[in-house]
Amino acid sequence: MATNDLKLLGGWFSPFACRVQIALSIKGLDYENIVENLNPKSDLLLQSNPTYKKIPVLIHGEKTICESAIIVQYIDEVWKNNGTSSILPSNAYDKAIARFWVSYIDDKFFNSLRFGLFAQDDESKKKYFEELEEVLLKLEEVFNELSEGKEFFGGENIGFIDVAFGCYLSWLRVKEKFTGTKKFDEAKNPGLVKWAEAFSAHPAVKGILPETDKLVEYAIALAQRLAAAAAADAAPPK
Amino acid sequence: MAPANEEEEVRLLGKWPSPFSNRVVLALKLKGVEYKYSEENLANKSDDLLKYNPVYKKVPVLVHNGNPIAESLVILEYIDDTWTNNSFLSQDPYERALARFWSKTLDDKILPAIWNACWSDEKGREKAVEEALEALNILENEIKDKKFFGGETIGLVDIAANFIGYWVEILQEIAGLELLTVEKFPKVFKWSQEFINHPVIKEGLPPRDELFAFFKASASKK
Repeated sequence: MATNDLKLLGGWFSPFACRVQIALSIKGLDYENIVENLNPKSDLLLQSNPTYKKIPVLIHGEKTICESAIIVQYIDEVWKNNGTSSILPSNAYDKAIARFWVSYIDDKFFNSLRFGLFAQDDESKKKYFEELEEVLLKLEEVFNELSEGKEFFGGENIGFIDVAFGCYLSWLRVKEKFTGTKKFDEAKNPGLVKWAEAFSAHPAVKGILPETDKLVEYAIALAQRLAAAAAADAAPPK
Repeated sequence: MAPANEEEEVRLLGKWPSPFSNRVVLALKLKGVEYKYSEENLANKSDDLLKYNPVYKKVPVLVHNGNPIAESLVILEYIDDTWTNNSFLSQDPYERALARFWSKTLDDKILPAIWNACWSDEKGREKAVEEALEALNILENEIKDKKFFGGETIGLVDIAANFIGYWVEILQEIAGLELLTVEKFPKVFKWSQEFINHPVIKEGLPPRDELFAFFKASASKK
């Protein structure tokens, strides 16, 4: 039984669950890691997240908290003074900037990546991956501005944007395998290239991001399921 | 009134019919913060808008002492963090997490469902209405018997739900739909009346006639 009475309903393949794991790791917290298969969804998941029925869910004693970015902030706030570094900045404006960029990443970056990876036709894929490149150029700028020459978006320590964006790295590696193009263009995103190395090597992150080969297998199976579902939707009704 | 700092400048770039823009107006009024308002024409975006929100080029944008913040929910938290009187977010981390969850659910799931139903065409109408009613049901289960989502006082979720409290009644009338009614959703309906009659909120909402005329005109352009 975890001493803090913490349970995480997650999945190794989910970048969102990884965020929570990294946050718990930064804060040095023990927890019970419950891997959800999602096929079918467990009763515990359906009860603890009835609105979305999605992972991750953090169960802290009697309390359930959903939505990865919200969970990370919860963890940062509850264990604010336990001697570990803070995840969100302390200044109100810097917090707002961090929240803005995490929201941007979950909207623009996430959608271009996933629609690109699972698009059924080449033209759509091309369009989404071009959008992704634009987004990465923007994030390179953001990184240069916020890191102020240090290793992370959060400066010396990994912060909210690092945790949020960093968990997509394994899926970017999947894109590398699928498309043959590097996850970050060394010429256009030199900052992000270095950042990715620093993030992956950080002690709070090590062992949490899934291995690329395993995730590629998962992604291929997911792509097949999505293609089958799309074909079923498109098929004329019997 | 929040103490006025001679050097402090608060500007809001907004659009009066927009519920997102209005959220920021309500928050600033609840805090008693004085601000300068600029009405933006999104068909002809001002240089300031392009400068302060280059990523999305949308309103609302709050500019505090020259520092811009975009995205209404991000702005709301910034306002509560910066002006600490009349808090609309609890200090308790769990209450905060719940408020953030419901505000996000309003934006990601509930508002889009209702908006789509109000603007749906014949073909998609039935399904859109079904989803809108499901969305309102989620809120009905959440408000329970509380006066406001925030408890006894207006909270983050109440401000974020301004669309539900005020815009829905107008849009559903224009669309000829009955989505939020006292019969179907008595608790949300009761909340909406508490909300629009709150003394500060009342002053901050745009006039009903003008809002009705604005959306009616949009509807006839379709």
